[in-house]
Amino acid sequence: MTLIEDHFAEPAADLMPAVRVRGLRTQFGTQVIHDNLDLTIHRGEVFGLVGGSGTGKSVLVRAIIGLLRPAAGQIEVFGQDTQARTASAQALRRQWGVMFQDGALFSSLTVAENIDVPLKEHTSLRTNDRKAIIALKLQLAGLDPSAGTKYPAELSGGMRKRAGLARALALDPKIVFLDEPTAGLDPIGAAHFDQLVLDLQAALGLTVVMITHDLDSLYTACNRIGVIRNKQLTAGTIAEISARPDPWINDYFNGPRGRAAAFAGAA
Amino acid sequence: MISGAPNAEWSSDGQTASLILTGEWTTATLDSAGWPRATPPDVAGRAVHIDFGQITNLDSNAALILHRWISQIESAASSVELGAVPAFYTQMVDAYTLTHETDLTPPAGHWTDGLADIGRRTIDAARATIHLISFQGQVTVALLHALARPKQLRVRSIVHHMQAAGVSALPIVGLLSFLLGVVTAYQGADQLARFGAEIFTVNVVGVGVLREMGALITAIVVAGRSASAFAAQIGTMKINEEIDAMRVIGLDPVMVLVVPRVLALGLMFPFMVVFADALGILGGAIMATLALDISFGQFLRQFQAEVPIYHFWVGMAKAPLFAMAIASIGCLQGLMVGQDAASVGIRTTAAVVQAIFFVIVIDAAMSIFVSILGV
Repeated sequence: MTLIEDHFAEPAADLMPAVRVRGLRTQFGTQVIHDNLDLTIHRGEVFGLVGGSGTGKSVLVRAIIGLLRPAAGQIEVFGQDTQARTASAQALRRQWGVMFQDGALFSSLTVAENIDVPLKEHTSLRTNDRKAIIALKLQLAGLDPSAGTKYPAELSGGMRKRAGLARALALDPKIVFLDEPTAGLDPIGAAHFDQLVLDLQAALGLTVVMITHDLDSLYTACNRIGVIRNKQLTAGTIAEISARPDPWINDYFNGPRGRAAAFAGAA
Repeated sequence: MISGAPNAEWSSDGQTASLILTGEWTTATLDSAGWPRATPPDVAGRAVHIDFGQITNLDSNAALILHRWISQIESAASSVELGAVPAFYTQMVDAYTLTHETDLTPPAGHWTDGLADIGRRTIDAARATIHLISFQGQVTVALLHALARPKQLRVRSIVHHMQAAGVSALPIVGLLSFLLGVVTAYQGADQLARFGAEIFTVNVVGVGVLREMGALITAIVVAGRSASAFAAQIGTMKINEEIDAMRVIGLDPVMVLVVPRVLALGLMFPFMVVFADALGILGGAIMATLALDISFGQFLRQFQAEVPIYHFWVGMAKAPLFAMAIASIGCLQGLMVGQDAASVGIRTTAAVVQAIFFVIVIDAAMSIFVSILGV
């Protein structure tokens, strides 16, 4: 399993981290969610984002992808400021794909049409080429080609997530954000999804950022994790993080579920 | 290696045509530089050598299009030899089917489907009517149940909907009714002046507003405001599985959601009609004072002497019917929302259209009924 960076030497840009957040502050009214938060995500890694409910995991991702304007701080994706209103910042949007929690598929379109939306909007490809790309994306997301003509309401929760992932991959982004990819899946489906993320990361050289509560995902899929605690983020490998003397982290990783997942991950 | 725009350069050497691929082959760069499409004519029957060595970047979309293009060249050329193929390309070709094309929509049907569609729509329309009538019955039964055991009534919810659907609508109902009074007085006076009978404008305004317009304008405003609101509220709850949750807990959605709305509208509607009547007549009176030589006092005297009270009661008799129709149509459409966001929009529209439709049907039926009674 080699990363795309191994095949193709890219100058200078290689040294840039995929995501760099410095001094981020987000707030809703007087409620401060993040204060002076720093985060660096390296290229080609699978990064898990952890935190209790309401600590602002989704808010952080929304700030990075520009759905939410932070009160202060700097956010760079591949060395470019996401808040700049320049043409290159617009082009930056094509560098990332986002899979929302329940897929967020457009319910009036079929799965294939959903994947077609970014292709049609952002490329000058002909219909037949787009149809072939859609077939490839369905395969990449582990869906049967026949799922393409189905409407989102006809799919199961797991298939909707995969279809959402296929749409996120449509424009070949360098980085994908997954919001709770395994939430609501059965353990087999969740394990398959973790494997899918690893396969895609290996095949396409993706950088993956996933918000998750699933300890098994953290152990099997993630290279590094970041924990949001007290409005700030601490990042490191799972071993480094779980060794921290923080009561919440201790409860999280060394509780009965955490120990079981660590045991399974080590096995 | 300098990364740059993707390029495919052909060179020819006797029997061999060579293709050198250079630059960054990604979705973004190919989109500005142009995707490879047509097979060059001079590869026909020749040996082709394709060199990947100078590609600096390749993503899955580019690999797929490249593969399709190379397949085209393969079908024309006598032989194709690939050089310095990136591992990523090989991996994509080996691991995935790159030749398949997915249909965007389910396959289109036969022409007879059109006929079947007409039949289906007819049956659907008939079913919808039956559904509406049976729902009306269901609501009535629930209503009687609730009135027999008033403890089951959700007073908070009823008061909330009385405020939202009734009191909040008063300004717009009043304004529209006032303007209609003005218009009726003006048009009536214009016609009656030819006979020197301007004073009968009072009768026209009185009868018109009390009997028809007060109730009708209230119903149309309420249908637009509240039938849509009811459908959207209940429809969103349906999508959110809240209705199912209620059933599981043992609550009857008709009792919890529909009865309070029907009762609230039923209680408020007569008052709204009285309000609309008063403002409509005020509009007529002000118009008569300003444009005709009828003083305000004269208007009131004429009104009291010439417009019998039963016109008011005919108008008021429609109020509960309109209220019931509007509220239950709004709620029924809400309950009929499916699983997708689009159906909320469709059902909300249907709620308003059906509510106004039935209001006018009831109004016409009432006119005939009352004229048979000879009132």
